[in-house]
Amino acid sequence: MSVIFILWLRQIKKYLRSKSRIVGAVGQPLLFLLALGYGLGSVYKAAGRGDYLQFLVPGIMAQTVLFSSMFYGAMIIFDRQFGFLKETMVAPVSRLKIMLGGALGGATTSVIQGVLVFIISLGLGFRPHNWGFALLALVFMSALAIGITSFSSGIGSFVQDMQGFQAINQFLVFPLYFLSGALYPLDHVPAWLRIIAEINPISYTVDAMRWSMLGVSKFGIWHDCIALALTLIVLITFGAIRFRHIEA
Amino acid sequence: MIEVEHLSKKFKDFTAVNDISFKVQPGELFALLGPNGAGKSTTIKMLTTLLKPTTGKLSLNGHDVVKEQDKTRQSFGIVFQDPSVDVDLTAYENMELHAVMYHIPSPQIKERIKDLLTMVELWDRRDNLVKTFSGGMKRRLEIARGLLHHPKVLFLDEPTLGLDTQTRNLLWDYVGNLAREKEMTILFTTHYLEEAEANANRIAIIDHGKLITIGTAEELKKQTKTDSLEKAYLELTGKQLRDEEVSLGEAWRERHRSRNMR
Repeated sequence: MSVIFILWLRQIKKYLRSKSRIVGAVGQPLLFLLALGYGLGSVYKAAGRGDYLQFLVPGIMAQTVLFSSMFYGAMIIFDRQFGFLKETMVAPVSRLKIMLGGALGGATTSVIQGVLVFIISLGLGFRPHNWGFALLALVFMSALAIGITSFSSGIGSFVQDMQGFQAINQFLVFPLYFLSGALYPLDHVPAWLRIIAEINPISYTVDAMRWSMLGVSKFGIWHDCIALALTLIVLITFGAIRFRHIEA
Repeated sequence: MIEVEHLSKKFKDFTAVNDISFKVQPGELFALLGPNGAGKSTTIKMLTTLLKPTTGKLSLNGHDVVKEQDKTRQSFGIVFQDPSVDVDLTAYENMELHAVMYHIPSPQIKERIKDLLTMVELWDRRDNLVKTFSGGMKRRLEIARGLLHHPKVLFLDEPTLGLDTQTRNLLWDYVGNLAREKEMTILFTTHYLEEAEANANRIAIIDHGKLITIGTAEELKKQTKTDSLEKAYLELTGKQLRDEEVSLGEAWRERHRSRNMR
């Protein structure tokens, strides 16, 4: 058994044993789907844009993966507070393997959350335009999940408490999410918002998700893939470098 | 087995460890004593690769602790002052995770875990989540885990803190056996001086980051012209109370403990 595998397995086991985490992480997106989907659906339709739920679901799936993956960084803070981090820090394995094992585990659970939201959406009436293409959403969700869990490992390695971690969530991740076009189309927004959306990596993930689920894309799927790949490389590098300097 | 030469650690303007040197022989049970904040934990952190020394040379099992981190890590086991098990995993899973991280060959893993968990009388509880364990059971699990990869050196940082007398006696019997029969080198810290007197071959006392003295309990008593180790210790370190900087994890737990009690 390899080190990366056993650390991955640890995350999976912890996830499956925490019913509250599973329910909690699906509850928030469900609220978004119901409140926004039904609340804004009629306005959206009146504006001649069609079915808002169809538009919203890929964005909410990306949201689920994004926030679950950010939560992985909090797990590292808990590991420090409950002492387990020290056990991994004195083990004769490279920090990179420790970082990757945990991040891949966290990413797997985030993708599971995203799929759960997809299943719930089917119950609410969502239909992908093509099931084969919809499977590609798994690839995009995985790329986002691995990137963000690596990023949040890096953050968790130097932020010392939950308050500091929440601050980064509030001031960085929430804005990136709200300005990504997950909740509304970016066609007729003011220029400043469009520029932010175009340099925001989350926009490309949301766009790729929409392409796989609905067959429409704003930036073009190849653009999305390149942006996602670059983001992934930058975030993994950031996580690996930060994690090297972690102190228990 | 352990060689410390002119070891110092500075945090900004504060010197936590100031030019300490000592050697521990193979198979020796060595006690590191000192008041809170004396530099014991900082010394152990440097010996176990968790902190880099500012100056000085450290060697463990023939490996340079700073330059050969992974070889050093493979050579020692440690039981930390605070719990470091994952409470959401079972006892067996905690052991298995450790076994894989320390590169124990797969066919041997199960047998070694069984032997050690049997020894600390937790084999029957192997499939229980650790969060259902008492403090003493967690400590026993950590000792079993620390021994899993057959370390040459075992660090015990206040291993008996908060344990009942039965568990403490059992622990020292076992640790004594490891040193005598397996020739394991054991370095421990404690605030219970009678434990150091009864179990340690030699004792080092540090205070304010400096090594004050080193010797057998008898030698320390003779040196201070006292009749117990406790009197000798107080003679050497004074009666003043000390403040200690706590680690972030400890501070957090402390906060929550007091909140729960309210």
